[in-house]
Amino acid sequence: MAVKDDKAANRKLLNRNLAQMLKGGVIMDVTNAEQAIIAEQAGAVAVMALERVPADIRRDGGVARMSDPKMIAEIQKAVSIPVMAKVRIGHFVEAQILEAIKIDYIDESEVLTPADDMYHIDKTKFETPFVCGARDLGEALRRIAEGASMIRTKGEAGTGNVVEAVKHMRKMRTQIAEVAALQSEQLATYAKDIGAPLDLVRYVAKNKSLPVVNFAAGGVATPADAALMMQLGADGVFVGSGIFKSADPKSRAEAIVKAVAYYGDPAILAGVSYGLGEAMRGLDVESMNDNDRLAKRGW
Amino acid sequence: MNIGVLALQGSVAEHLKMISSVNKKIGAIPVRTIDELASVDGLIIPGGESTTLRRLLDSFKLYTPIKERIMAGMPVWGTCAGLILLANRVEGETPYLSLLDVDVKRNAYGRQIDSFVGEGDFDNMYINMVFIRAPKITRVGDDVTVLAEYDGTPVAVRQDNIMATSFHPEMTRDNRVHKYFLSMCGKE
Repeated sequence: MAVKDDKAANRKLLNRNLAQMLKGGVIMDVTNAEQAIIAEQAGAVAVMALERVPADIRRDGGVARMSDPKMIAEIQKAVSIPVMAKVRIGHFVEAQILEAIKIDYIDESEVLTPADDMYHIDKTKFETPFVCGARDLGEALRRIAEGASMIRTKGEAGTGNVVEAVKHMRKMRTQIAEVAALQSEQLATYAKDIGAPLDLVRYVAKNKSLPVVNFAAGGVATPADAALMMQLGADGVFVGSGIFKSADPKSRAEAIVKAVAYYGDPAILAGVSYGLGEAMRGLDVESMNDNDRLAKRGW
Repeated sequence: MNIGVLALQGSVAEHLKMISSVNKKIGAIPVRTIDELASVDGLIIPGGESTTLRRLLDSFKLYTPIKERIMAGMPVWGTCAGLILLANRVEGETPYLSLLDVDVKRNAYGRQIDSFVGEGDFDNMYINMVFIRAPKITRVGDDVTVLAEYDGTPVAVRQDNIMATSFHPEMTRDNRVHKYFLSMCGKE
């Protein structure tokens, strides 16, 4: 039993550690091997393999599901960096399939159509690490309790509008500061109020941070957006539609990688933003129907 | 003494914290610029993605200054991605700094599901070794000392002022490998 416990504890650490290796990096959505190679050469730390980027999922409608393993395998073959892929919220069989093809990270994602309207996947049952979206501290800690090894803001994917990602990152930071300022006897009530397990709230109070890496995602379209999220405290950035929906994906991908590495240096940010061509078009989140908001999926 | 950690991407904060844990008087400096590089007495190239680090080192013209400092004797330690950047030969790729006489194969232990924690001797200390999508050292040159092996394969090596590990001591709570590197820096 001790050996088995050790093994599970090691796996949990190794999975969190891989996310730590990705810090300061950019993870890019790609839909085929050719895009994956462009992303790798531009300096992406990982790619997210999916059939349609969020902007197209939004446009096409219908049910969005896990990608074809054949397409994912082609991308795994094409690049040496980690390959991630998405499963529907609650769809643990899609996750089993991705584990069987040795995907490096599974994103249980609100961008796809949820498969379960009550429960997220029990991620502790998997050896493969999971990343999950969160809008606030309670949601992040619920996902971590279920076994997520990495958190990202939900933002509002496929809009090219960073406002929701900013909102979620700020909320998380504010709540972490709140927890850190509480007396120990106040933590149980706070945990109940945000719907999070007490042991994880205690961890946050003690360490003033989440127990896992926290990336920004959902609406990042420019080098300035990426650097904004880093300055707000993100450990790294996911860029979905923002790269391959822009006029010049290669240059934009390189520019965003540089902006994340040198996020605190305005002169470099100016240089990399210079003459990039048109960004993805983008959507005003305010004018969207509630039903069109992907961030509302998950609980 | 100031020890730098190349701070373009990867396990930077973890290394900085480890350096401070060995000795609070040692400056732990994130290195992103030529000026910052000039201010340090030793450099750690952290874990991360070697393709990303190469790209950024080239773009921000850090390749030559780093290579010159190492050739002039500055102690350097590469963990995982750092090992790949230092190696003389990388299977299937153009080598980068080519300063350490070893051959490496990227991701040779497999994908993330194959990542593991091992244990073994490092310079007569028994330590845990965290391997994450780790590169494998497939050949060691005559001037290279093997500091640690795992499963019969070298996983920590040293050639004069250059040290490299395919595992990640910065991911443990044990700072003895960092102490070893700092003692290399003290002798400069």
